[in-house]
Amino acid sequence: MGEAKRLLLMGNDAVARAALDAGVTLGTGYPGTPSTEILEEFGRIGGRAQWAPNEKVALEVGIGVAFAGSRVLVTMKHVGINVASDPLFTVAYTGVTGALVIISADDPEMHSSQNEQDNRNYSRAAGVPTLEPCDAQESYDMFLAAVEISERWGMPVILRMTTRVCHSKGVVQTRADIPAPQAPHFVRDIPARLMVPGYARPAHRRLRKKLAEIKAWNETAPFNQCFDGGAELGIITSGVSFLHAREAAPEASICKIGMCYPFPDEFIRAFSQKVKRCLVVEEGDPYLVENCRMNGIAVENKPEMFRFGELNVARVKRILAGDTSTEPTFPPGNPPKLCADCSHRTVSGVLAEKQCIVAGDIGCYTLGGLKPLEAMDSCVCMGASIGVGLGLRHALPKEEAKRVVSVIGDSTFVHSGITGLVDMVYNPPPTGHVVIIVDNGTTAMTGLQEHPGTGRTMSHKATGKLVFEDLARAVGIAKVHVIDPVAQKEQFDALLQASLDSEELVLIIARRLCSLGAPKLEAYEKASGRQ
Amino acid sequence: MDKVTNVVFAGLGGQGVLKVADILSDAAFSAGFDVKQSEVHGMSQRGGSVNSDVRFGARVWSPMVPLGEADFLVVTEPTQVDNNRHCLKEGGLLIDPSLFLGDDYDDIEDLNDDDDCPITLRNFNVAMLGALSAHLQFEDAVWEAAIKANLPAKAHAENLAVFAFGREKAQEQE
Ligand SMILES: Cc1ncc(C[n+]2csc(CCOP(=O)(O)OP(=O)(O)O)c2C)c(N)n1
Repeated sequence: MGEAKRLLLMGNDAVARAALDAGVTLGTGYPGTPSTEILEEFGRIGGRAQWAPNEKVALEVGIGVAFAGSRVLVTMKHVGINVASDPLFTVAYTGVTGALVIISADDPEMHSSQNEQDNRNYSRAAGVPTLEPCDAQESYDMFLAAVEISERWGMPVILRMTTRVCHSKGVVQTRADIPAPQAPHFVRDIPARLMVPGYARPAHRRLRKKLAEIKAWNETAPFNQCFDGGAELGIITSGVSFLHAREAAPEASICKIGMCYPFPDEFIRAFSQKVKRCLVVEEGDPYLVENCRMNGIAVENKPEMFRFGELNVARVKRILAGDTSTEPTFPPGNPPKLCADCSHRTVSGVLAEKQCIVAGDIGCYTLGGLKPLEAMDSCVCMGASIGVGLGLRHALPKEEAKRVVSVIGDSTFVHSGITGLVDMVYNPPPTGHVVIIVDNGTTAMTGLQEHPGTGRTMSHKATGKLVFEDLARAVGIAKVHVIDPVAQKEQFDALLQASLDSEELVLIIARRLCSLGAPKLEAYEKASGRQ
Repeated sequence: MDKVTNVVFAGLGGQGVLKVADILSDAAFSAGFDVKQSEVHGMSQRGGSVNSDVRFGARVWSPMVPLGEADFLVVTEPTQVDNNRHCLKEGGLLIDPSLFLGDDYDDIEDLNDDDDCPITLRNFNVAMLGALSAHLQFEDAVWEAAIKANLPAKAHAENLAVFAFGREKAQEQE
């Protein structure tokens, strides 16, 4: 634990700093914008950080660390919580003995995501206390508060950030007075942690009791604040929307909710009674609105058009004025595109030429689905390519079914493609199936993170390596090919054609290093000393 | 000093847009201001548009420069001027590559061919920051420290020189 400092930090870096200052034993997670830098920074400043194969494993490892009485940081983007939701709902029952803090980095506006789900809905559904920082200082302070709450009530806690909190810099005052973590140790408590029905029923009751206690505490907790302005207008808000609102309406009274679950309705009711017009300004779903109304607090919701995308000062001014006229549009900037010499280009080109029906996935290669190539027909969630491809093959008439290909990146394959491959062997479509792993040796899209298939740790040291071809053969796929789609373009084309024609189960690993990352990746591999 | 100064940087991925925004934020922070900086990271490596908002003053609330309130719009790539012009407030200042290339340039790649000019494609972002600095009241030492803190030691001399070059160019123009 260092001395207190004043620093200019991005929200993500503030969380990393808080985790270090709190003596967190381990940070784990899976990359995903806007959360990625948290773990990278935690590792860089001296914390023990590691990438998990996916968010579910990350959370499970986190649960183990917290069962051992330690403090743990688990990071992911909003959709990561979907993947980790199974352990999430039940760790709320078991509780923890250390501190388990889960970062959910939501992406209103979908700057780099496939949806803009509002994860505050998970807080209520799973029964997990949730803090919503508005800036870097609060990211730091609330991470520490989350540790405290987690240890005090033996509960997992979610820190729900959003793109503009994660990726905005602000001034942060750090603390030097943080209580040290307890020494890790195992205390056997089978009824608390073995969630069979007989133990889970009382565990659910325990959860509700803890939530009631936390709710009572939250009614006067320091993170819910009122800023007194006039009695004409009162704004109830949370997260970064607070900052926009404060700027858009400096004369208004503001009720800022720092801990949005369990919901501090008494605190909000008292505020609402002091103002004539009471309006909720929040991004995304009407979470605060619905909770207010459920508790009999009359509030005004934003017009539906502001449910979409993120808020800013101009939009908040419109909300306050009830202005639902069409918002101005501006010339679009340049969209991202595949690098000139990217191997995904070659693969997409071949798929387009063959008029394949491509069940796609998420990564840089998804850009191959845009004009001009348009060589991808669907992208739903990580790993979906294989299942969706199989489903298409099961349902389509034979001539169409034979053109279906699943395309998946290497990091995505590790994340959630493996079970799809198992289904392919277990329930093979009549026309067989062809899966292509576009293996560029890195998680390119989120900034070149390592993963189990690279055989290097987050800090690029050699470690156990998942070899896709060995795995696929072990799963039971007879036809497994490894090929460089650029250097052996013609062979790749011929192989794909033969595979489609064969009506067998085929995995093609199109392996070529990411052109953008190649110099770095080659240097890491050399330095790892494996060769 | 109550007034917040709003700066929007814009360019393409790989041009160092975020880097110069970082330098400005650091400078404003060490000059004693409250600072907020906001940008969207993600897929910037693939040549897409990149923006960064920097705001400083006695107290800054929103991290994003409100629509039409930028005092300065610094654009490092000619093609990115039109899609960002709306950020600028009335009477706000646009600083774009024409400062260095004149109005009749075609391509910012021409920079690398001019032997009389210390600017290259790589350090162009810092030259643009130098031009911006002519309009801000930070001391030289503050700028120097911020530049050094954000760039590797071997690039310090080159970037300090090009920063000074950009600053003079902007002062000449006034
Ligand atoms: C559940 C979930 N976690 C994380 C992400 C963010 N994300 C999307 S694709 C991807 C990995 C891309 O890597 P890879 O499959 O290797 O493809 P590449 O970009 O290298 O071509 C990540 C981290 C997401 N969309 N969903």
